[in-house]
Amino acid sequence: MGPVVDPKAKRYDRQLRIWGTHGQQRLESCCICLLNCGPTGSETLKNLVLGGIASFTIVDGQKVEARDLGNNFLVSASSLGEPRAKVVTELLQELNESVSGSYVEEVPEVLIADNPEFFQSFDLVIATQMREQDMTKLDDICRATGRAKLLIVRSYGLVGYLRASLPEHRIVESKPDSQLDDMRLNQPWPELVAFAASFDLASADDVTHAHTPYVVILLQAASAWRSAHGGRLPGTSAEKAAFKASVNGMRRTADGVPLQEENFDEAAKAAFHVYGTYEIPKEVRGLLEDEAAGPRLRADSDEFWVLVAALRAFVEGEGQGTLPLEGSIPDMHATTDLYLKLQAVYREKAERDTAAVEAHVRQILGRLGRPADSISRETIKLYCRHARHLRCVRYRSLAEECSPETARGEALAAALRAGGGSGGRGGGDLGAPPCCDGALYVLLRAADRFFAQTGRYPGAPAALSPGAGASEVDPADDIPLLRQAAMQVLSDAGLGPNPRKSPDSGAGGGLGGLGGGGGAGGGSLPGTAAGAINEDLLAEVCRAGAAELHVVAAFMGGVAAQEAIKLVTRQFEAIKLVTRQFVPVAGTLIVNSMAATTTVLEL
Amino acid sequence: MDDAERWRDLDLLLTRAGRLVGPGFEPGPELREFLQSPDCRVLCVGAGGLGCEILKDLALSGVVHIDVIDMDTIDVSNLNRQFLFRMKDVGQPKATVAAERINARVPGVKVTPVFGRIEDQPADWYRSFSLIILGLDSLEARRYMNSVVCGFLEYDDEGQPDQSTIKPMVDGGTEGFKGHARVILPGFTPCFECTLWLFPPQTKFPLCTLAETPRSPAHCIEYAHLILWGQVRPGEEFDTDNEEHMKWVYERAAERAKQYGIQGVTFQLTQGVVKNIIPAIASTNAIISAQCVLEALKTLTCFSTGLDNYMMYVGSSGLYSLTTKYDKDPACPVCSPGVPLDVDPDATLQQFIDQLLADPSLGKHLSAPSVSYGSTNLYAHGIFEADTRPNLSRRMGDLVADDGAVLTVNDKRLRGPMRVKVRYGSAMRA
Repeated sequence: MGPVVDPKAKRYDRQLRIWGTHGQQRLESCCICLLNCGPTGSETLKNLVLGGIASFTIVDGQKVEARDLGNNFLVSASSLGEPRAKVVTELLQELNESVSGSYVEEVPEVLIADNPEFFQSFDLVIATQMREQDMTKLDDICRATGRAKLLIVRSYGLVGYLRASLPEHRIVESKPDSQLDDMRLNQPWPELVAFAASFDLASADDVTHAHTPYVVILLQAASAWRSAHGGRLPGTSAEKAAFKASVNGMRRTADGVPLQEENFDEAAKAAFHVYGTYEIPKEVRGLLEDEAAGPRLRADSDEFWVLVAALRAFVEGEGQGTLPLEGSIPDMHATTDLYLKLQAVYREKAERDTAAVEAHVRQILGRLGRPADSISRETIKLYCRHARHLRCVRYRSLAEECSPETARGEALAAALRAGGGSGGRGGGDLGAPPCCDGALYVLLRAADRFFAQTGRYPGAPAALSPGAGASEVDPADDIPLLRQAAMQVLSDAGLGPNPRKSPDSGAGGGLGGLGGGGGAGGGSLPGTAAGAINEDLLAEVCRAGAAELHVVAAFMGGVAAQEAIKLVTRQFEAIKLVTRQFVPVAGTLIVNSMAATTTVLEL
Repeated sequence: MDDAERWRDLDLLLTRAGRLVGPGFEPGPELREFLQSPDCRVLCVGAGGLGCEILKDLALSGVVHIDVIDMDTIDVSNLNRQFLFRMKDVGQPKATVAAERINARVPGVKVTPVFGRIEDQPADWYRSFSLIILGLDSLEARRYMNSVVCGFLEYDDEGQPDQSTIKPMVDGGTEGFKGHARVILPGFTPCFECTLWLFPPQTKFPLCTLAETPRSPAHCIEYAHLILWGQVRPGEEFDTDNEEHMKWVYERAAERAKQYGIQGVTFQLTQGVVKNIIPAIASTNAIISAQCVLEALKTLTCFSTGLDNYMMYVGSSGLYSLTTKYDKDPACPVCSPGVPLDVDPDATLQQFIDQLLADPSLGKHLSAPSVSYGSTNLYAHGIFEADTRPNLSRRMGDLVADDGAVLTVNDKRLRGPMRVKVRYGSAMRA
């Protein structure tokens, strides 16, 4: 790029440094639909409009009220009484001229019920402040489009909820925070071996000796070690220490004192590259074995799976158990000339590997009856360079998460026992702590059930509709019914003291049976889970009365925008858990703004 | 407009009793009245990516009297996240424009801008705020503000912080998809100086690599920037905001890269390396600012349990956050009630002062220290210098009889007193 920078590159400079022009292109072709433009929705969209999406459409059925002026920055006092969708659209458009915005003045629930085709024209649907029942319908609608990814966001008092739903999130250009360089010093290829062997360190002058790249030093030391140990590399910790000592023994000395040679310092630090064994990351191994790249590979499969199939063919063939070489090396103490030569050895090997993968891609495309050039060389290069970091996360549908037949009760029970905080700090096996993030998930779902029965949220003033005065409600009065609803949520997940056979039998309005202490007792697994729904949390959720605080909405709007960017650019891992089998699993995020913790639940 | 209806959501939490609340929470309409009153003044330091969000979040959390200070003007590259600014504002002061926009949008809010340096404001100005929120991008500015609020802190005779001198400060910071929010209550929670290790040192290239063995595009860029500029344009100060200067460095770097066969010098990379640009996006700023203002609101009203005392947020791979209670450093030169220091009772006051100046932790905060013990000046620069000079040759054990006494050290490099706890014990045993 020359010094004449185009205006877009200047405007987006600080984010291009993260996701590059490729990620930006994906963002700039993304059409987003937002359902409900209260502060949670408006803030989410604000962050994405600033980033430069293609377009947005807001669906919202409300008029701007006084309440909006207290929690939403994207309305103005002069627009009281106007359609909220229109006002927010206009104010959002001021933020970025290259984004086109439109709105539909309609209640999202009505659109979901009456006009599912509406959602076909979007890449991403962001549903905010909506209830479980409608979200389950919308999830099915979005999946049926074969295009629209769904993001569900909620701010409820001092609790936040976020969940994505889409068949697969496939990540190509991953940007891991830290990674080991792909050096292959434990199994060097012939050209690299020859390069290392071409150095005669013993006869080199002092300057060359001190500027020989550490890769060469380590490979020579490894070669010497192999000769002395029957072809084996260092295995035990004593051998590893001895190997490091042998590297240090190669330093040049003056009067018996080792000279200051930075390249040898680096070699000693990087010695683990020699005796570490090469392994394909477990997540990638899982992909290579995935049926989508095997028996289920079809003519209409995503290019991702074609590439994974080609990579598998490479690993089994030319790669001899390795992925294509990444081809870049870290900076190391060396002369310019030697460094560039070494760089070329790595680059050329990476190019050969890419060519081999490309041959597999062309062959597979032919077998599938697709044009051999339907995947470009540039794309193949991209996959090869990022092969170690390819990922695929699959999302369960909301219906699977919520229906009694498929709910993951055990995962929920574990979350209820674990308490709050990302690392599961506190809590442990000693019963649930006062503030348990898993319990907040249950209570949000319970609040929806409360709403279905009463037409309002626990602790919320009776009338949320415009014009009607807010009658005062004592939040404590709503605790019993909320507790009962929470116990039902647990029962439906196979937990709780009275598992219900029929989830739709309703709560019946009674307060009996499940009162008093939420069934905590006995120390049995379901009892402990129910015990996490404690009085403090019930009282706090009722106190909040479904308030949508601007700060909580702004936090969730930020998290939702980050998640949207990850789903759209396909460069970052979305919210997930990694199971013991190292399979990334999509997660549901609970933000606990009381304790300033976040928890990802596998549901 | 109906104020009660407007603040309906906030009032639910401010007027109702709760179970998980801060100490001394007293629900009622008085809390919002307090937030809206001139008794509650909040300062936002910085009107950039975090500052714009913080101002909006404060205004929509019921706070009316807000000041904002920033010395920068608006640049095109701010517009991907600093949502209060438009293309036509480029070149205008950030603080002024941000204040105008918030005042125009949120009825009743009074944001007062200061277009200037934080170092140019008097201590009393900072003292006048109920709470300070930092939306900064440099460690040095954070340390400065830290020294300001810790400078207000006073301890009683038992070494307990005097509540009335505590200036709460909330700090946020972001880089790419990551960020942190923390609450600093001087005397109670660690201050910046206590946890400086949280900020890793910047990597710098050795000059000999730049001059003799360049291997990467960054080496070529830093050669042009750090070595060639001074040789070719001596006496001329390099200005990172001057397009011609940046272009010059880019072109020289590109020439050098070509000469050595190194690929990858671009104008974008040149700017990134020379200005040490930190990637920044709207969403992360929104998250961190919201957490900061939420914690500010908790500190001001106690309406919910507060963050104690540090939250790290990592959104780059999945979502990970860690809420940690860091510990104060008992030897913190800025906030400790008494940094323990082993002193030889036979040493003179002059030798004690020399010991302070030579101390690896304390010395860098001092240039010409004055020392007092209680209300007695042991040695003071200025008008008492002549009176106290004779003490310099006196024995410490005679000047300060009590082992474990806390001496107060003042210096023009400090914005508050440094407290040093004199320990004779080990020296006497020796």
